[in-house]
Amino acid sequence: MSNPADSLYNIRILDEFADKKSIIHDVHPLMKVLTTGAYLLVTVSFSNYELSGMLPLIFYPVIIMTLADIPMVPVFKRVLLALPLIIGIGLFNPLYDKSPMLVLPWITISGGWVSFFAILIKGFLTILAALILIATTGMTRIASALRTIRIPGVFIIQLLLTYRYIAVLVEEAGRMVRAYSLRSAGEKGIKFRDWGSLTGHLLIRSIERAQRVYRSMCCRGFTGEYHIGREKGIGIGDILYFAGWSLSFVIMRYFNIPEMIGWVMMGVRR
Amino acid sequence: MHMADALLSPAVGGTMWAVTAGVAAYSIKKVQNELDEQKIPLMGVVGAFVFAAQMINFTIPGTGSSGHLGGGMLLAILLGPYAGFLTMASVLVIQALFFADGGLLALGSNIFNLGFYTCFIAYPLIYKLIIRKGYSTGRIFAGSLLAAIVGLQLGAFSVVLETLFSGITELPFSTFVLLMQPIHLAIGLVEGLVTAAVVAFIWKARPEIIEKAALGEKLGGLPIKKVLAGLAIVAIITGGVFSWFASTYPDGLEWSMLNTSGKEELEAPDGIHQTLVSIQEKIAFLPDYSFKKVSTDAHEQKVSTDAPETEEAWPAVDAGTSVSGLIGGAMTLLLAAITGLIIRSIKKREKASAV
Repeated sequence: MSNPADSLYNIRILDEFADKKSIIHDVHPLMKVLTTGAYLLVTVSFSNYELSGMLPLIFYPVIIMTLADIPMVPVFKRVLLALPLIIGIGLFNPLYDKSPMLVLPWITISGGWVSFFAILIKGFLTILAALILIATTGMTRIASALRTIRIPGVFIIQLLLTYRYIAVLVEEAGRMVRAYSLRSAGEKGIKFRDWGSLTGHLLIRSIERAQRVYRSMCCRGFTGEYHIGREKGIGIGDILYFAGWSLSFVIMRYFNIPEMIGWVMMGVRR
Repeated sequence: MHMADALLSPAVGGTMWAVTAGVAAYSIKKVQNELDEQKIPLMGVVGAFVFAAQMINFTIPGTGSSGHLGGGMLLAILLGPYAGFLTMASVLVIQALFFADGGLLALGSNIFNLGFYTCFIAYPLIYKLIIRKGYSTGRIFAGSLLAAIVGLQLGAFSVVLETLFSGITELPFSTFVLLMQPIHLAIGLVEGLVTAAVVAFIWKARPEIIEKAALGEKLGGLPIKKVLAGLAIVAIITGGVFSWFASTYPDGLEWSMLNTSGKEELEAPDGIHQTLVSIQEKIAFLPDYSFKKVSTDAHEQKVSTDAPETEEAWPAVDAGTSVSGLIGGAMTLLLAAITGLIIRSIKKREKASAV
């Protein structure tokens, strides 16, 4: 998140995806939030050694992304950017856990590597699920989902305002940093001497902006409520969407489908 | 610093969600009580400011590297602990959704790690204590620097505990702590210096912003015991509920129980406990599945020569299972790709026929 232009682009591209129209976009936001939650819970409930069992979970993002017309490349790129931390912590497992786990005719793989890949896949799937949620729903509709479950208005207003003003303030910060770098002859970042004044000025500008925002909100009749339009009610289709996915997640959790396919392929019956 | 979903177990993630929801509900109540409508846009814009400030690269003197602002401590100083906590929460929600910085399941942990310690521990116990005697550049500098460092250290330690309790990493506790704390001491130092520099600057330029925020809430008014007791109850209940999602091999909690009491699970006494246990076993969504049942003789022999404490953790080492898992896994991925392609081609055909 170091480059202002990049991060603004990041927000805008996800907003654009959210503005598309598709069956998935039409599903009630609350049901999408709940489905995402169920997916995340089931995904992380797989233990570190159930590598094959969690593979069917990939069906969820594949189906949603194709139905919702979300291009793979930009989304995958964002997932990859978020993976290093997971790799960093997961990579210790092969060092500490060397007992044999996967015995194949030509190679034996240790438990540490299996758990490393399991963590990696879990990371990939969970990050993907969050990005898919925002890319098919958008911030405003997620806020209305939060309102449906009676999250207090103060929090929702403040969440939406933060979201709304990120673009404004990131641009402002970008201008200040650009001006600074043009006058500082080849310096890469902000010098220690200027940490306080540069950031402080940005903060004062932000606070003054907040006061202007508040005044103009008052002029338009702000009484502590932020109207984001009414979401259509939860229909039978929305409930089926949630129930259908939850059921398939549970099935994926209980049965190791890849292993079953494998046994069938090998002609072995257990 | 941001926890990822993949590093958490459902039990730990769920518990932290519940605890964070409790703190947030309490903060919302507090903010609503002192409702100064002007504070709402201020919270929003300052939250966006934290984002913007995170884009700025601060060059660390004497090194070639640069640091960033995290923001928790700054928010507490500018807005007070309650509004600061809520603002930090929404910053983290947006980071999780748009930047994949920490996942949605890990959101509870992240808000707690980055918001709770800074706003409710370091701010009242360190910053306010140092500022108590009145404002001066030196005190503001010392107070915000120290508070930011301590807040981040506590947060980092919390990350270690959450990861270990989730049973995801094989890293021993001591190694993990020795890895995390020094790194976050360095990060916290930069964070603290930036926070201190900003707060000191604002205090010189616009003293009322800093002083008003600190007056807004009474330090003595925080019934810390009640809050902690409430949190503990919530944590225990949800921890219990979410443990039904228990993973097969002993997780961190079970593991530490194994080490301290010699038993993997504490034995429940007769009577109502037994009934509850049997009910729980019946309705458990994901009981301890498969692994222990399928362990074969070959596996047991192999393991018994190895370290005995790993016995529970290992599933059957069996060539047949390995190969079938591999083949089936490849088939599954192939099927998923084909499904995607089929849906795409159907949609294309529909589009073509619509035109």
